[in-house]
Amino acid sequence: MSEQQPILSGRGLLKRYGTVVALNGADFDLYPNEILGVIGDNGAGKTTLIKALTGAVTPDHGEIRLDGNVVNFRGPQDARAAGIETVYQNLALSPALSIADNMFLGRERRKPGIMGSVFRMMDRAGMQKFSRDKLSELGLMTIQNINQPVETLSGGQRQGVAVARAAAFGSRVVIMDEPTAALGVKESRRVLDLIKDVKKRGMPIILISHNMPHVFEVCDRIHIHRLGKRHAVVDPKKISMSDAVAIMTGAMAPPEEAKAA
Amino acid sequence: MANQAGPTKTISDFEAKLTEADKSVASFDRDDRTLGHLVRGLLRNYPTIIPTLILVLAILGFGLIANNFLKLSTLSLVLQQVTVTGIIAIAQTVIILTAGIDLSVGVILVLSAIIMGRLATEDNALGAMIAQSGLQVPLAIMIGIGFGTLMGWINGVLVTYLKLPPFIVTLGTLSIFTYFKLWYSKSETVRADVIEKKAESLLWFGNSLSYGTASITFGGIALILLAVLVWYMLNRTAWGRHVHAMGDDPDAALLAGINTRWTLVSVYTFAGFICGLGAWISIGRVGSVSPIAFETINLDSITAVVIGGTSLFGGRGSIIGSVLGALIVGVFFTGLSLARYDSILQYLAAGCLVITAVAIDQWLRRASQ
Repeated sequence: MSEQQPILSGRGLLKRYGTVVALNGADFDLYPNEILGVIGDNGAGKTTLIKALTGAVTPDHGEIRLDGNVVNFRGPQDARAAGIETVYQNLALSPALSIADNMFLGRERRKPGIMGSVFRMMDRAGMQKFSRDKLSELGLMTIQNINQPVETLSGGQRQGVAVARAAAFGSRVVIMDEPTAALGVKESRRVLDLIKDVKKRGMPIILISHNMPHVFEVCDRIHIHRLGKRHAVVDPKKISMSDAVAIMTGAMAPPEEAKAA
Repeated sequence: MANQAGPTKTISDFEAKLTEADKSVASFDRDDRTLGHLVRGLLRNYPTIIPTLILVLAILGFGLIANNFLKLSTLSLVLQQVTVTGIIAIAQTVIILTAGIDLSVGVILVLSAIIMGRLATEDNALGAMIAQSGLQVPLAIMIGIGFGTLMGWINGVLVTYLKLPPFIVTLGTLSIFTYFKLWYSKSETVRADVIEKKAESLLWFGNSLSYGTASITFGGIALILLAVLVWYMLNRTAWGRHVHAMGDDPDAALLAGINTRWTLVSVYTFAGFICGLGAWISIGRVGSVSPIAFETINLDSITAVVIGGTSLFGGRGSIIGSVLGALIVGVFFTGLSLARYDSILQYLAAGCLVITAVAIDQWLRRASQ
């Protein structure tokens, strides 16, 4: 694994909020074709780490590399432009807008020719077709009408729309923050299957979750974050859930081979 | 052992039962298809039905009680009366869609009109300077609209970058712009005869097309064209989707990659531009420029927007509804006076309509959750 070049990596990331140190020289590596779990206690700095990777927060120190090249994201738009898509915990969907509008929110397509360039007219038919195709691809087409407002969807369906949006537009990395937190058993299963589907298509995924069974089921490696740093990276096939929790909470020292460099 | 199941062994055992889960997509009994639910669903999907119905009923109602009401001449008079309110209501709608409000639209309108009126007619230093170009009136109009746009931009910058609530910002700028209005106008009116003599094209929007007894002013046509244009911008361009998304959930809009700052500044700037354009149209409507004209237009515009079904909480609403809302108020005003009722009753009617409209909005909102 270590011979491969990481697709997305962070080195020595530091972020202070006043006197609070949210990231204390954290490292991070995501390799191609893997699902990397990120776990950690509340307040360990997971969210700040993810925000730094998605451009929502600019670290005070340290560097982030995408495909080996240093990147400086000044906002979520920059990360998106670089091919990093994020499914936020609050989903970042606009309830009153339609499914198709939400899929393309912030990257609307315009009609070709003068209607698009001068009159700025959106290619609504094209965007609706694309959205319908993407949702059916992920087996989410229990939705009757692509133009129905997102607020009429159930929690699981909304999650599906957010995941489909990330999967459709993410060209390098998909990041998912607590994608199953608000879902029932059946909907969680659906989302986990979706995550595996997305991986099958060759997309590396970062999964942040407090749900150990979900993390252990889908992840190839698990990044354990503690006190603002990468505390350990473990293989879910070689370690038990209780040990992972023990390492995460500081009850147990990480095994030698899992110690982060 | 009678019970073979035993305790759950691995964590995901409970999911094994999912294979037996009901696979059908949620289906609901059809007994909710009462008339009430149908109406509610219809209203939710087509919110402009309510103002349309009220307008039609009001026109028919006043047609019954006032003999002269159902005439083309009367109806075209109503359109003339609501032209300026309707235009300002369009500006107000775009702002309210972002969950904002603009209390300074009225003073932007009047100050822009004063700038146009004075620059176009006066021979003082500034007027003379632009008079030399031979294009005094067009330049005066452009400068007036430019200042309207600038005032809108100031509102937008304060709301966006100082992150102050729009109500507070525009309450403040209402006062500040009022100072400039009184200072620049010296509390004097630019009289109609002066405008007619020196700057006739300021009155251009007062011209009208006639067909029999019906006539429509260029200002009325401008209102309709502007409504169509802004409808197009809101519903067929990416900018319009962003305006809706901002009012719906600003955090989600930001995370979805929308340039929220630019969008918000552009909304207030655009509203200022519409007010500047409205200033030119208002001169055509009134004939003169008075610093104390249009005192009630702030609240009138909000009334029209709310009656038109746009939600003050942002994200939902329509331009067509706001124009209809302005027309409804106009119909009540003209209808009540033609029916020989005291015209102060219009305030009572407008108040009841506003409260009813918001109550319906809340009812629909509950139904959608």
